[in-house]
Order: sequence, then structure tokens, then C-alpha cells
Amino acid sequence: MSVLSAALESASDAAVITRRNLRKILRVPDVLVFTTLSPIMFVLLFAYVFGGAIGTQDTGIDYREFLIAGVFAQTVVFGATFTGYSLAEDLQKGIIDRFRSLPMSTSSVVVGRTVSDIGINLVSLFVMSLTGLVVGWRIRSSVLEAAGGYLVLVAFAFAISWIMASVALVVRTPEVVNNASFIVIFPLTFIANTFVSISSLPGPLATFANWNPVSSVTQAARELFGNTDPRAPAPEVWSLQHPVLYTLIWVLIILAVFVPLSIRLYRRAASR
Amino acid sequence: MPTAIRATGLVKKYGAVTALDGLDLEVEEGTVLGLLGPNGAGKTTAVRVFTTLLRPDSGHAEVAGVDVLRHPKELRRRIGVSGQYAAVDEHLTGFENLDMVGRLYHLGAAASRARARELLEQFDLAHAAERVVKGWSGGMRRRLDLAGALVAQPPVLFLDEPTTGLDPRGRVGMWNVIEGLVRGGTTLLLTTQYLEEADRLADRIAVIDHGRVIALGTADELKAQVGGERIEVVLLDPARLTTARHEAAAVGIEEPGVDDRDRRVTVAVDGGTTDLVELLGRLDRAGIEVLEAGLRRPTLDDVFLALTGHHAEAETPSGDTDDPNQPDDPDDPAAGEQEGVA
Repeated sequence: MSVLSAALESASDAAVITRRNLRKILRVPDVLVFTTLSPIMFVLLFAYVFGGAIGTQDTGIDYREFLIAGVFAQTVVFGATFTGYSLAEDLQKGIIDRFRSLPMSTSSVVVGRTVSDIGINLVSLFVMSLTGLVVGWRIRSSVLEAAGGYLVLVAFAFAISWIMASVALVVRTPEVVNNASFIVIFPLTFIANTFVSISSLPGPLATFANWNPVSSVTQAARELFGNTDPRAPAPEVWSLQHPVLYTLIWVLIILAVFVPLSIRLYRRAASR
Repeated sequence: MPTAIRATGLVKKYGAVTALDGLDLEVEEGTVLGLLGPNGAGKTTAVRVFTTLLRPDSGHAEVAGVDVLRHPKELRRRIGVSGQYAAVDEHLTGFENLDMVGRLYHLGAAASRARARELLEQFDLAHAAERVVKGWSGGMRRRLDLAGALVAQPPVLFLDEPTTGLDPRGRVGMWNVIEGLVRGGTTLLLTTQYLEEADRLADRIAVIDHGRVIALGTADELKAQVGGERIEVVLLDPARLTTARHEAAAVGIEEPGVDDRDRRVTVAVDGGTTDLVELLGRLDRAGIEVLEAGLRRPTLDDVFLALTGHHAEAETPSGDTDDPNQPDDPDDPAAGEQEGVA
């Protein structure tokens, strides 16, 4: 078989799996409810609970304006745990044996999973954007820039999905995937510029936050949505001066490591 | 006749547990081999090796002329598998499940759809085609799983305990389906812990215990291997079992077996009805009351007992769930629902 036809076959297999996953998402309402309600809750909680306390002086612009990109970044990173959860769930069920006994491409189960979870992230980004508009957030840039902002968020989420896929293939229990990833994701999304200005953080945390890719993806979205204060001084660190580039470098590194790793782990995990 | 399935010296260890201990097996094209053994004998492990789901530690396996380890993908085009636990997607409908499998066999969209419809019809599932599998009964799920194995009309089929957990009606239904498949010329390897099932479906039976084949032959050959007929007597009073056992030993050609729970003594004899009369006379003289007495040909359970020193199973397949309202699968909350809508 030629390389081209093998690639086409893999893509078609992944598309079949993607379609199956999307159907399942539509038929298990709790997933959809969770992915739409929790972002709404986050936007409202931060806007009204922290909004008053944090105020404009810390962030340079209206806090709600500042906040939204942070909530977007946090939510898409959390959304990636769904990738791990669903993959671990599939591994526990007999369906994976069916897949394994078929002459399909071995990568397609994991590829189909991460691709279908882009769909979930798009839904939650859409819902969060609407909620944001309600609480006063506005996109102050061009359509193209705004699209770029969403694209960076989705690309980053896609990369994190692959990390979660690897985690799931190692731990193999949906609940453990959830608990394990929360321990990592909470600090990752909070020690960043998501909800507060990095200048308010103590030394070591500020350093971490400066180089944390969650900060750069947030910064990238903020800039592309036009939610930054034009009078504010430029960020001191390279990562936040070039947030789009820095984020994309992370995305490429993560994919380069975790795509082959996940596919290898899938082959091994499924043949126990 | 060419060999469709061949295994030589398959070994698979899980830590200290040896699941396959040098398994050798050959199945001729177009025949049915029953792999018979109790739980933990290595049946499922063997099937997982043949179907590329598991790599053996050592040994060689070939299915439809394709090396399992060297060309797994090529092999998967030529086999169908249906496992002990229905490998179906609960959130898809019956049609979507089969359609998905067809596409993953690369049959193309139109052919996959047509094949799905055809199989749903053949397996009496057409009425549930558009319903999500989650609400189906255990028996229906099993049929769908089996249909999934047949989507690409593979020349070699592996069925791992296809009737385990089914109620008697479901079991007989599954047997009829399998018999129909085999008439079409498919090579089938079937694992089972039910002797009755192997007897009914298989051309040849390989008895497997502790990961190796301990006997091989047709059902009749295996029965002949353990010698003649059996006398079975059931006593009224369990306290007299020991005495009855002594009397049976005097008449029989082998050590009698005693089943305390059923108050039953079984012994192999070579004198047919003469021995039966003789034993009944002895029991009568000893003042032992007999509830039931009979002469029968050896069953595969006797074969198993003679070969391994233990029974193949605790219960007979038809004796476990006679209540038709009983769920098929106790672990499955949906299994208790009534099958179909007719």
C-alpha cells in the first residue's frame, strides 16, 4: 500500500471514530450539560465574586474584559481531561477489543478522540463567549484577529488533549484520570495570568507564571481579542512579548512528544 | 484439507500465572473446533493471541495462512471475533454499530450500510435497528456482537464463550445461529465451558486445562477414551453414601465418583444392564434405599473428570437459570428487560 493511501485510510478511520464520539457526546446529555454549564458558572463567579475585589488598578483594564480570556484558557485546558476520561472509559469496555480486532489504523482511536474533543471545546468556547458578552466583555479587534484568538485556544487545547490521552492510557481508570489531572491542572491554570496580573504574584510563582504556557495562551487571546490595556507597559519576558509564537512552540513540542507516545501506549494498552 | 488455524508451542505468562503453557492446536478449513475447558484454563487467552489482541511470550500462530505476529493487520482482514462480553457501543444504535464496523473494515459507505441492514435482518434485530443499544437485553447485545464479527464475511471466525451468561432460550437461539454459519463453510474456533455446547456444535473438541491441550478428538472419540457406560444411582439417605460407594466399587471398572450434594454415586461399568441389576441387588441387600437409578453413555463431563481429576463445571448449562424472567447477565442492569417488541 502506498503511503498516500495508508494516510487516507488512517484519516477515514479516524473520521469514523470521531463521528462515533460526537454521537455519543450528543446522546449522553450530562457531558454537554457539564461542558456548557461549568464555563457559564466560571464566567459568572469570577466576574461577580472576584470582579469587585480585584478591580481595574491591578489589571489595567476592566476586570471582566481581562477575565474572559483567562476563563477561556482555563476551561479548554480542563476540557482536555474529558479526552482522558473518555479514552479510559473506552479501554474498560469491550468496544476496544472490537476496534483492535479490525483492520483499521491503530492511531485512529486516539486521533478520533482528540479530534472529536475539539468539538466539545468549540461548544464551550461559544457558550462562554455568549456569557461573556452578557457580562460586558467585548471583542475590540478585527474578525480575523478574533478568529486567530480562538484558533490559538483550540490548538493549545488540542495539544493538552494528547497529554491527557497518554495519561489515560497509562492509568486506564476514568476516575483516576480525572483526579490525577485536576492536581496538575489547578495549579497550572491558577499560577498564571488567567485571573490576576502576574505582577501581584510573589517571586518564584511569578517566574513560573511568566513561562507557563497557560499564561501565554491567555495573553495571546487577550491581545487578539483586543482586551489589553494599550497604556500598560510591555511584558518583561519574551514568552509574553510573543505569546502566539511561544504558545505555538509549546503546542508543537507537546504534539511531537505525545502523539507518538499516545499511539504507542494505545497499542500496548489494548493488547493486554 | 488445508489448515485454517495453527498454533505451536504458545506460551503466555502473567507474572507467576501461566495462562498458556505450550499450546498446540490445528483446525482444518471449514470445520468447527470446540476449545473446551473450565474458567481459567486459557481459552480466552488463546483466542486473544489468534486475534492479535495479545502477544504470546513465545510460540507461533497462523490463521488463514497469515502469521499472527508478523502481519497482524493482514490477519485482521480475514477474521471475525465475538467475545465473552459483547463488544458493542452502548450509545450507538444497532444499525450504527454494524455500519461503523463495516466502515472500519473499509467496505465503503454504501456497502457498510447494506451489510448492516442485512445482518440486522438475519439476526432478528431489525425491529431494534434504530434504538440505542443501551436499552437492549443481554441476548440481543450478544447477537449484535456476533453480527459485528460477520460484517466482512471472514473465512475464519472466533467465538469466545458465545453463550455464557445467556438464559436457556437465548442459548438455543445462539446455537441455531452458529449452526447456520458453519453450514456456510466458515472455519470456526469456539471456546466453551459447556460440554453440551461443544458436543452439539463442534466437529472436533480440544480439551484444555492449565494452558495446554490434554485431549483431542471428536465427541465420540473422547467418550470412547474414558471407556464404557456409567451407572448412576441417587440415594434417599446421604448417610449411606459411603456404603453405596463400596458396593459400586465392587461392580465397576473404575473408582466410583460420589456427589454429596445430589446424593449421587457414579461408576463406570463394562457389563451394561447386567451390572446395573447386580448393583441394585447389592444395594437392596445392604438395605440402602435408591431414589433413582440408570445406565447412561459417558458424557463429556465424565471425559473431563477422567482427564483432569475435576469436573468441568459446577452446573449444567440448562440447569442454571430456568426462570425466563431472570436477567441474562447479573452484572448488567439493562439485561433484564424483555427482549424485542415483536
